[in-house]
Amino acid sequence: MTMSTAQDTQGLLWEVFVQSKPGQPHKHSGSVHAHDKEMALQNARDLYCRRSEGTNIWVVPASEIVASSPEDIGSFFEPSNDKVYRHPTFYHVPEGITHM
Amino acid sequence: MDQIKLEENFQAKLDRNEMIEPKDWMPENYRKHLIRQISQHAHSEIIGMLPEGNWITRAPSMRRKIVLLAKVQDEAGHGLYLYSAAESMGISRDELLDQLHTGKAKYSSIFNYPTLTWSDIGAVGWLVDGAAIMNQVMLQRTSYGPYARAMVRICKEESFHQRQGFEIMQVLAKGTPEQKAMAQDSLNRWWWPSLMMFGPADDNSPNSANALKWKIKRESNDQLRQRFVNQTVPQVEYLGLTVPDKDLKWNEEKKGYDFGEVNWEEFYNVIKGNGPCNKERLSAKVQSHKDGAWVREAANAYAAKKNKVAAA
Repeated sequence: MTMSTAQDTQGLLWEVFVQSKPGQPHKHSGSVHAHDKEMALQNARDLYCRRSEGTNIWVVPASEIVASSPEDIGSFFEPSNDKVYRHPTFYHVPEGITHM
Repeated sequence: MDQIKLEENFQAKLDRNEMIEPKDWMPENYRKHLIRQISQHAHSEIIGMLPEGNWITRAPSMRRKIVLLAKVQDEAGHGLYLYSAAESMGISRDELLDQLHTGKAKYSSIFNYPTLTWSDIGAVGWLVDGAAIMNQVMLQRTSYGPYARAMVRICKEESFHQRQGFEIMQVLAKGTPEQKAMAQDSLNRWWWPSLMMFGPADDNSPNSANALKWKIKRESNDQLRQRFVNQTVPQVEYLGLTVPDKDLKWNEEKKGYDFGEVNWEEFYNVIKGNGPCNKERLSAKVQSHKDGAWVREAANAYAAKKNKVAAA
């Protein structure tokens, strides 16, 4: 990645997660710049919730997010691929048995 | 993996219509192309606030004023969504702003035309936002994930922009003869610059080949321009106004309109910086950035002080 040489005056980068209504999971919306937590929350509200898009917001400093690497997609998720017995379709349900 | 293999995998992924995400491998030229395009798009949203902001204090009614305020606020939001998408490619906000302020980065030339009358605000919403929507609807399926997601959000918000513009035109076009003449005058001045928004003709567009190969764009400049003309002419007719193009004619065979040649000399001249408002727009932007410097400094100092207290 190219690194910036311009002086940073815009504050930290925060990732924004918005819950669209109670009971729903928080979903990534984008990011905002802010100098502290309160400002991050207010900026996120102004930017991503101008049309009642949300009932709750999480903001997280982008630098605190740990993400898996796309190159490792194979080996990283491999352990879940070979356990077919975790899926209901692995099992045979006899004819006539319902509610299962 | 060697470079050739990486590039083959990348293209294969695009050909399967899979999205590219920030941490995925991508060719350096793809990254450069998108940083240029997304930042140009972001700058256009921000600079686009200037010609419309010009009329907030002079809107003819309270209803028009609150609508225009909300629209201009949306444009700021759209700029920020797009800066955020550009930053996911590894360039900082300060660097992006720097490129705009030093003239290294461009923004849409349409905003270098002045908004002389109230009906220009109608024409901008109706035609300029209309042309932008045409382009942005296509970009909802662009190959870079963060850009596509920003576009989905923007498209949801844009249609109110176009409708409020058309409403302004409608009231004027059905009004007094003077109001109708004002609406026609706006259409005359904004029609051709709106057609220019789709970029150079296909046979003269240096960035188009890569944009199509990389699925950044899925339709060419001329295709989008044609669709815009086809959709807009009936709206002009509804208003009882006249498209300022003597060559405009329905072509039954292609089920679309034939239209006159865009004045490409004017197009390149405005890009080069010689449009009516280039200097005014850029200096207004640079000035507001300078005027806001003390706010950023104060916020930084306050955050630093709070961190120090928290650490103690």
